Amino acid sequence: MRQAELLIIGGGPAGLCAAISAAKSGAKVLIIERNKYLGGQLVKQTHMFFGSEKQYASTRGIDITEILLNELDKYKENVEILADTTVVGMYEDGIITALYKEDDFFKISAKAVVVATGAFEKSLAFPNNDLPGIYGAGAVQTLMNVHGVKPGNKVLMVGAGNIGLIVSYQLMQAGVEVVAILDAASKIGGYLVHASKIRRMGVPILTSYTVKEAIGKDFIEKAVICQVDDKFQPIEGTEKEFDVDVMCISVGLTPLNELLAMRGCQMKYVPQLSGFVPLRNENYETTIENIFAAGDTTGVEEASAAMVEGYLAGLCAAAKIGYKTDDFDERKNDFVKQLDALRSGPVGKHILSGIEQIVV
Amino acid sequence: MRIEEHPILEFKKDKKINFTFNGEKIEGYEGETIAAALHASGVKVLGKSLFLHRPRGFYCAIGNCSSCLMTVNGVANVKTCVTDLEEGMIVETQEGKGVIV
Ligand SMILES: Cc1cc2nc3c(=O)[nH]c(=O)nc-3n(C[C@H](O)[C@H](O)[C@H](O)COP(=O)(O)OP(=O)(O)OC[C@H]3O[C@@H](n4cnc5c(N)ncnc54)[C@H](O)[C@@H]3O)c2cc1C
Ligand code: FES
Repeated sequence: MRQAELLIIGGGPAGLCAAISAAKSGAKVLIIERNKYLGGQLVKQTHMFFGSEKQYASTRGIDITEILLNELDKYKENVEILADTTVVGMYEDGIITALYKEDDFFKISAKAVVVATGAFEKSLAFPNNDLPGIYGAGAVQTLMNVHGVKPGNKVLMVGAGNIGLIVSYQLMQAGVEVVAILDAASKIGGYLVHASKIRRMGVPILTSYTVKEAIGKDFIEKAVICQVDDKFQPIEGTEKEFDVDVMCISVGLTPLNELLAMRGCQMKYVPQLSGFVPLRNENYETTIENIFAAGDTTGVEEASAAMVEGYLAGLCAAAKIGYKTDDFDERKNDFVKQLDALRSGPVGKHILSGIEQIVV
Repeated sequence: MRIEEHPILEFKKDKKINFTFNGEKIEGYEGETIAAALHASGVKVLGKSLFLHRPRGFYCAIGNCSSCLMTVNGVANVKTCVTDLEEGMIVETQEGKGVIV
């Protein structure tokens, strides 16, 4: 069995920042990441980030990973990274199991754990929603921005939140036609700067519309959409058809929380945080001692918040296992202030009303 | 269906990789996943659903949903969206659940 002082599960922005913070405090950190590369969702984000300066706003997501890895490198004597390794179990007796590649299975025990596994994409229910060509927005991003492959020629984007808008823009950058963006809500969910940029490029954004069905034999060939009333019920006679070979689903993410639930952390369904999330204290420690969580897995937000949560959880986890530095209070207060500032807008208010329900 | 020109990104497509899909020879590039290489060659249907035999393509492309399972080098249930392409790989559509060992 492998021994670790502080185990960090997931090497996205939250996990990397937790590692930086804990290693800086002097704790020996082991990061386990299921991909071959670190950075989580950042590695496919070619757009300039929104957020605030301390979290690298107006830097591209792909470049933020570099910045974080350089920072982590400063403490390299305290950091070990195991990539291409998936944590597959967290048991009541504290044993954690992992799989390197496909077949090398091993156990780990750790003094403390930070779970930073992120989130996964939701799907949408409509007839034939399983046809090939109907892909998650993140999948389309990965295919284009990591592998340089186009998802198809003509895309219908479902969801006008920031991700839907940004991926639509990135599709056009890759030379793919976006025929329309639709959203069941009566208002565009994403930032209006993104929306107006896309409208200027000639792509209609249809609000109060939903997908009625997808049509095709082996893969999608046509999409039928229709208007919805204020109770989200389809209005007959308002159907529109599009000849498309891709439908991109961008209806939000939900926390990837299986490991926390398996370990027995108390979980709660909180719509404002997009799914089941762990109850936690202000140090991001769950109801099980020495099991911490940070980032999208504690509630879907943004990379900026995920990073600061990571810093905070890493700092507190390290302190909990004996690495409390003299400037602990100062560092902690700084992170708390940064989170407060990030959550000061209208979206932040919504998030805070969710967080209120889980902080114990 | 590869991106030829991109305002921000550059894709290193240096080394070609040969593999087969259901016996047919296909070329991909080093660093691509199996699913990405297949998609670039126009293959969208990666398998069939277990009971209703409906066509399956990838969905999440990050290893979360199992929509992209195929048989690779005789091993069933490989998540092709997160498995890198290797020279000479034998990639096949999987029938049924697949037998492990
Ligand atoms: C299209 C798009 C655009 C976005 N734009 C912005 C933006 O402009 N500004 C902004 O602030 N945010 C943006 N975001 C949101 C941001 O990307 C996420 O909020 C952020 O990445 C969450 O960080 P995380 O570390 O919690 O999770 P992730 O980045 O998802 O990282 C989780 C990591 O954990 C790994 N993992 C999961 N399970 C396991 C396991 N069992 N074992 C080992 N490893 C595991 C995953 O492989 C992954 O690397 C955007 C998101 C998307 C999809
Ligand atoms: S497409 Fe979801 S696991 Fe491969």
